[in-house]
Formats: sequence, C-alpha cells, structure tokens
Amino acid sequence: MTMRKTGYMLELVFWIMFVLAAAVFPYRLTLLSQILIMGLFAVSLDMVLGYAGILTVGHAAFFGAGAYVAGLLAVWGWGEPITGLLLALIVCGLLGYVFGYFVSRGADLTRLMISIAVCLLFAEAARQFSGITGGSDGLHGVNIWPILGYYEFDLFGKVAFSYTYVVVLLLFLLVRLILASPFGLSLKGIQGNVNRMHAFGANVHARLRMVYAMSAAIAGVAGALLAQTTQFVSVETLSFERSAEVLIILILGGAGYLYGGLIGAVVYMVLHDHLASLSPQYWMLGLGIVLIAVALFGGGGLMGIVHRIFYRRSDT
Amino acid sequence: MVILFDGIAYGMLLYLMSVGLSVTMGLMGFVNLAHGVFAMFGGYLAIVLQQYTGLNFLLLLPLVFLLTALLGAVLEVVLFRRLYGANPLAHVLLSVGVVFVAVTIATFTFGPSVLSIQTPHNLQGQVSLAGITIGKYRLFLVCVGLLLSVLLWVGITKTQYGARLRAAVNNLRVAAALGINVNRIFLCTFALGSGLAGLGGVLSLDLLGIEPNFALKYMVYFLLIVSLGGAGTLLGPFLAAILVGVIDTVGKYYVPELGGFLIYFVMLIVLLVRPNGLIAAKGITSTGT
Repeated sequence: MTMRKTGYMLELVFWIMFVLAAAVFPYRLTLLSQILIMGLFAVSLDMVLGYAGILTVGHAAFFGAGAYVAGLLAVWGWGEPITGLLLALIVCGLLGYVFGYFVSRGADLTRLMISIAVCLLFAEAARQFSGITGGSDGLHGVNIWPILGYYEFDLFGKVAFSYTYVVVLLLFLLVRLILASPFGLSLKGIQGNVNRMHAFGANVHARLRMVYAMSAAIAGVAGALLAQTTQFVSVETLSFERSAEVLIILILGGAGYLYGGLIGAVVYMVLHDHLASLSPQYWMLGLGIVLIAVALFGGGGLMGIVHRIFYRRSDT
Repeated sequence: MVILFDGIAYGMLLYLMSVGLSVTMGLMGFVNLAHGVFAMFGGYLAIVLQQYTGLNFLLLLPLVFLLTALLGAVLEVVLFRRLYGANPLAHVLLSVGVVFVAVTIATFTFGPSVLSIQTPHNLQGQVSLAGITIGKYRLFLVCVGLLLSVLLWVGITKTQYGARLRAAVNNLRVAAALGINVNRIFLCTFALGSGLAGLGGVLSLDLLGIEPNFALKYMVYFLLIVSLGGAGTLLGPFLAAILVGVIDTVGKYYVPELGGFLIYFVMLIVLLVRPNGLIAAKGITSTGT
C-alpha cells in the first residue's frame, strides 16, 4: 500500500515539476510545450510497442496526419482549437484502424515494413499534393482562434503551454486508464504469449487493431497540438527521422513503463536543445553511440534503471 | 524496351545490395537496418582507392568486395553477434545507431555532396543488341548480377558450406550439436552479405552516385525487396529486386508526378495478399523471428 502511495506521490511531483519549470523558465515555454508534445507522442507509441509488442518504425505517419488535419482545418477557415484536436483524433483513429488491419497480421518484419511504408506513403502524399499541403515548404497561415473563445495565443507561448499541458495531462490520464483496464492487461498478455491468449479465446487481432487505432488517435492529437501551437506544419512531421526520434525517446525513457515516454522526452529534448545547437554533426554521432550502447547493455531505459533500484530496495 | 532494360539493370544493382540482407534478416533473423552502410562503405572505398592507387575499375571490384566483407566481419564480431536471438527492437536500435554513426563519419570525411567515379572507357557508350540500343554499363551490370546470383545459388544449394548454413538456420542447437561451428558459419555469411553490398555500392556509383545519406535513402528499397521477396529465399529477392527496379524506373519515366508512390503502393498490395512475401521460405521464419 505504501508503495502505491509513493507511486502516486511521484506522479504528482512529476506533473507539478512542469508547472514549476514553466514558472522558473518563462522564456523556455516553447521548449516545455515541445517536450510535452513529444512525450505524448512517445506514450502513444508505448501503447503499441511497449504494451502490445508491435514493432513499428513509422508512427510519425499518424503524428503528421494529425498535424495536417488540424493545420488544414485552420487554413480552410475553422480555427477553433478544440474541434481541431477532436477531428485529428477521429481521423487518425480511423486511419489507425484501417492500417491496423495490415499491422495486426504478419511477422515482425512484415509489421516493420508496413509501418515504414505507410509513413513514407503519407510523406510522399504531402509532398506531391503541394497545392493543398504546401509541399516541401510546409503549411503556412495556420490561424488558431482563442481557446474557448477567450484565451488568445500570445507571443511568449504562455497560453500555448497551458493548453498543451492540460490536453497532454488529460490524454495521459486516459491512456493510463486504458492500459490499467482488462483490455490493457490483455495487451500485455498478447506480448507475453500470443498462443496462450488465443487459447484463452481472446480475439488477438481485434485487440491489436483496436490498440493501434487508439495509439494512432493519440499520436494524431500530439501532432495537432504541435500544428496549433507552432501555427505551422512541415513535411518533416511525417519523416522517417521523426519516427526514429520518437522511438529513441521511448527507448531512452523505457518502453512499457507508462512514464517512459515522458521521461525520455524530457531528457532527450533538453539534451537536444543544448547539444544540437552546438554541433548538429556531433549530436548525431553521439545519438548513434548512445543507441548502440542502449541496444547492447541497456534494458528498459531510464525507467528500467529506476525500477530495478526500487525493486532491490523493496526486497531487502 | 530500353526503359525496361534500364529497370532490370537497376533491379540487379538493388539485388546485389540487398541479397546479403535477405540472408541476415531472413535466415539469421536479424533485423539489420544498417545494411546500406556496407554499400555506402564500398562506394566511398572505391573512390578513395581509385584516387590513391589509380587501379582499374574492374580490379577495384574484388578488392572492395574483400575489404567490405572484412568490415562486415569485424562489425559482426564486435556488435551484431551479441544480439542474435534478441528482441527485434534491440536490432532496430543497434542498426539505426550504426547508421547514424556511419552517416556522421561519411559527412565528416567526404562532405555532404554527391560523389561519383570514372568508369572505364570500354564500359561507356552504347551497344546495339537485337535491334535495341542499350548502355554498355547497364549490360555489364545485368551480366554481373546474373553471374553472381548463379554463383550464390550454387553456393547455398550445392556446397557443403551451403548445407551447413541451411542446417544452422533450420535448427541452431541441433546443428551445433552435430559439430557445425555455427558462429563461424554466421560470421562468414554476414561477411559475404556485406561484401556483396559493398560490391553493389561500387557498381551503383555510376548510376546513383554516393552521398552520406545513401544508407538511409536506399534502406527502404532494401527492406522492401527483402520483405517483398520473402525473407530467407534466394529466388524471392531476385524477383522482387527486378520488380522494384522495373516499376520504379518505368513509373518515374511515364508518370513522374506519382514519384515514389507507385512502389510503396505495390508493396502494400503485395503484403496484403501475401503477408510473408512473394515466395515464403518453407518452415523457416515464416511467422515471427
């Protein structure tokens, strides 16, 4: 019981830290918003990768799709932010459900390939239909109306940060609820032993499709948040590099730990902010070396390390 | 007709570069996204060698093959071997890491621009064959591709090494118990695959050129070929490579506005109909790795 209480306390501390950070660094609100957005994106990836065990390296497809949905809606004259998010949620959820059909079957390799292909297909589409999407130049003129008709986006990103914070927190709680439900537990079962889940009579494919759709929907909202807060959508949101980046964030933080994506996003984005501006080349080299090291020696990322310390202490 | 032939030549190149991946991924179950690094290494190596030694292009080919195979062997021992049988996610991380490091090193040493190489005079120009005019170099590519595929086929199906490899892949523990040195077999296979990729890298210099992003840019094509062809067979990737080469070339010529669309679209369709590729290997790695 005390363990659980400490857990809740830590969670509370984590979310309060963001508010404190915003108060202490009022000029870095944009970075904080980006951390939250990438964190949410990584949590959505965690649902399929960490919990359901579907190997995917193309999750940026849904992130980008959500960004374009919200961006285009605003460009076409409806800049209401919350309906924008909802539309992104619905569209990406449907897309995820359709592609989940491909992904839920086949071996790991097939899944990997399909996820990459879908991502590339979307990126190619965004480039080709430049009349609509602005092509490689990106989508400009995303005008977002004040939130609830009252809070207008300001130059310093105060409103953008608060808006992002609230949306990410709500969605995170939703994900947490889903993953703690019997449905969420059955996903862990599928990852652990597919054959036994079949033997239980669980409809494995339907469950995988469903979680893929949910994850896509949440990734879409993360993308939509980025589009609305930066008032710009670039083709880069759909790129393979973006998919790899979110994978790195999740692995760094620890897949399958719920908070892994968020912690990974904090560490990765802060490091990126400091180092990439110094030298983009060294950044990529360092990233590569870290990846190799994590693959060879690291189990479970940062959350895995915390988890191990925690467990060792509770044993004694 | 000429475009069709160009497509086939392009397919041959892709085949050479991806056949090694088909073996590591399909037979050894290692998801290696870093395979393009070997092709890139081969390409840059050829440029450096030609600059400093002035060797003939044809002499460069075997040399680059050997050196890239050596690099493959070293990386296998240092990195890849440790993760055989591990979670595919670990493979992805490791290989993406290797790609990042390789891209950085390449940019650092050679700069970000596209480099190319001088092909020998007797491979330049055109030749008339049965009424159609085709590039000599492309004809050369097709010949080399066919020759190597036949060699590979003989090597895997007829020799003792091939038999051992197939045994090790089919059942690692039994093969090891029978006294087959599985580690050495895998090492040789990995090196061979890397060497072929390096060779493909040199041969592609004339058509594609080389740049630091080469490994990432063509990675998708390699993966596509392996998954289309059905991992773990020899004929599958061969057919898939030619298919990809022809569709890509013909598509870009006749409907350039579709761009890269066509090829991804074809892939989705094929994987929808046959989730395990055109020709699925019987009994091995058809479900899960």
